[in-house]
Amino acid sequence: MVKAKSILIVGVGGQGTLLASKILTQGLMEMGFDVKMSEIHGMSQRGGSVSAHIRYGEKIYSPVISEGEADILISFEEMETYRWLNYLKPGTGIAIINNYRLPSAPVLTGQMDYPEDLIEEISEIANAVVVNARDIALELSFAKSMNIVLLGALIKIAGLDNMDWENIIRSIVPEKYLEGNLKAFAAGMHSVI
Amino acid sequence: MKQLMTGNEAIARGAYEAGIRFASAYPGTPSTEILENIALYKDDIVAEWAPNEKVALEAVVGYSIAGGRAIASMKQVGLNVAADPLFSFAYTGCNGSAVIVTADEPGIHSSQTEQDNRYYAKMAKLPMLEPTDSQQAKDMVIAACEISEKYRTPVIIRMTTRICHSKSIVELGSRREAPNKEYKKDIWQYTTMPAVSRKLRFELEERLKGLTRESNNSPFNDIEWNDKSIGIIANGIAYQYAKEVFGEEASYLRIGFSYPIPMELIKEFASRVDTLYVIEEVEPFLEEEIRAAGIACHGKDILPGIGELSPRIMEEKIKGVKKELLPTKPDKVTNRPPVLCAGCAHRAVFYELGKRKDLFISGDIGCYGLGALPPLNAMDTCICMGASVSAGHGAAKAFTEYDVKKHVVSVIGDSTFFHSGMTSLLNVIYNKSKTITLILDNRITGMTGHQDHPGTGYTAQGEESQEADIEKIVKALGVNHVRKINPLQLNELHEAIDTALETPEPSVIIARWPCALKKLSAKDKEEFGEYVKRYIVKKEQCIGCKKCIRTGCPALRFDKASKKTLIDPIMCNGCSLCAQVCPVDAIVLDQK
Repeated sequence: MVKAKSILIVGVGGQGTLLASKILTQGLMEMGFDVKMSEIHGMSQRGGSVSAHIRYGEKIYSPVISEGEADILISFEEMETYRWLNYLKPGTGIAIINNYRLPSAPVLTGQMDYPEDLIEEISEIANAVVVNARDIALELSFAKSMNIVLLGALIKIAGLDNMDWENIIRSIVPEKYLEGNLKAFAAGMHSVI
Repeated sequence: MKQLMTGNEAIARGAYEAGIRFASAYPGTPSTEILENIALYKDDIVAEWAPNEKVALEAVVGYSIAGGRAIASMKQVGLNVAADPLFSFAYTGCNGSAVIVTADEPGIHSSQTEQDNRYYAKMAKLPMLEPTDSQQAKDMVIAACEISEKYRTPVIIRMTTRICHSKSIVELGSRREAPNKEYKKDIWQYTTMPAVSRKLRFELEERLKGLTRESNNSPFNDIEWNDKSIGIIANGIAYQYAKEVFGEEASYLRIGFSYPIPMELIKEFASRVDTLYVIEEVEPFLEEEIRAAGIACHGKDILPGIGELSPRIMEEKIKGVKKELLPTKPDKVTNRPPVLCAGCAHRAVFYELGKRKDLFISGDIGCYGLGALPPLNAMDTCICMGASVSAGHGAAKAFTEYDVKKHVVSVIGDSTFFHSGMTSLLNVIYNKSKTITLILDNRITGMTGHQDHPGTGYTAQGEESQEADIEKIVKALGVNHVRKINPLQLNELHEAIDTALETPEPSVIIARWPCALKKLSAKDKEEFGEYVKRYIVKKEQCIGCKKCIRTGCPALRFDKASKKTLIDPIMCNGCSLCAQVCPVDAIVLDQK
């Protein structure tokens, strides 16, 4: 059995981080791991920064990842990657970045500027994999499947693809959105080969 | 069968397996999903959203005295509201078993305070259980029912955000049906007249003696012997963090039955370890008792008493290990405060209020608390559920008394109005303050994720119900000037506020429009239609004045290169507020 692994999924409220983490944790449990997941609901959902901490291995105690402990940081938005980057394990940690920007209120109202060079900054200090999830999702004509594209990329990079993920997605996603999500998942896996 | 569950889902499962038949709650983060999940056991448990936590707990009091098994759940500040019945219920005790769940919020993620509700157990003299993961959350509901029945006492289960909203694996069991207890009238047990309470007061102390024995022998207070140079006493999520950090380098006493405190067990554990650490989030609830018992320990002398703990904090403060982190630049990080959603009708109200001078805007608990933030800046206070109207009354009295030229507008949501705004408004009328009460009726309990309330016309389990009519209620309370408006019509809103400001008596404006995220009910569709509109910017017409941007709508962004506003077509909910404030009609309905 592997040592405990930690995956931190971050994004902006409404981007679908919760669904992605639900599918991931269900799959990990069915793979026989002990799994814990922690997320924060409530006020922060209203367009705020959101995170889901996922830990798996033979035996897991803390459901929360500490700073400097995430093996993978997967971010649905550029600034959120940078905000949470200190959670990534220096050296071996991998940051999966959706190169998609959602300016926050202080940026929209002109009080702050959205930095242009975040991906370069991140690449300089960490192992970064950029996924163009929005374009991939738009190509599939299913803009709201960005989260599942990213999940596909994550599963490939985490080396967890030895599992029938389609079946897991089928058990969680409503019938209406199933086909689009399955395509998004496959496209996400393919995007990081 | 095994299932991955949040602590809240596990509490619900525990209620099902324990044979509980009745549940009542008022939504509040991080407790909301407890009742939402109990409500799914439609055939076995009656689940109700109560108008507030006091009502929820009192319903459980009655159900239990009548002989049934019941559970109430609420967030930490909800127990403040329910504290009145809590203390009396401790005196009368129960008949059928009664469980009360309080969900605390170390770190204040979505609350007003960081209060540690374990002190309620001590103050009310009630037994308390604290799970360390979802499996225990489920098991503890079953155990709480057994303790409740054996000692005829309500039992508190105290959770925290990280227990409520963390998922871990739970082994499911089957439901054990419990017969109801026979109800026998007994005024010497169930009325709290002074003479009765004086008798019950002694019984309460006797009961605590039995519960102390129970706690010292509880399987939820368990010792794990490893290296004895370090001994750790921990509860809740802090126990998991300690295990994460110390592994087998320490011995553990996990405290799951935390009141009455199992002092005999603690003494035994402490006597066999070299250095004792008491690790608990927020207040030194266990530590102060342990120190008072003459046991030397470390606790809040090295660990913070504010905010959440974490494995990292323990590593640093106890082990002295400081790990290197990636060298990020904090000044490059832009804040992301929560915002009102695109299409939220509250935005229109705060946009309109924010433009006016000489207002004192008394706010309340809900998404609309965000009206205080820029660019809307339209709120003065936000205290607790229902306080907008009553604190607004007090402020108006002070402004009148001291001759300060300020007009008070109290802003309150529909669910909050039912929760505790009605009595406050009665006070406004009875004691004559000239305040404007603006009821933001978005047809749902919004911030906690869309729970029904008496005004929606549906129950927690989806049955149709009598719809409470806010207009009729405020008129019955004695308000003579009541206007019902669509807040997304800025002209209408503007005129209604103008009129109210000129009215020499208290007035009410009901701003009625559904939450932008609400899944519209049949009744809503009939009233509001299905609005699936989108707005777009006619680029050639936009003059870049940023008036629309000042509404703070997250679907709008200002493109610095072209000096024009852009609307994100995925985010726009078609409320038309930006189009209404545009001075050159550059924002129009997307006809596609």
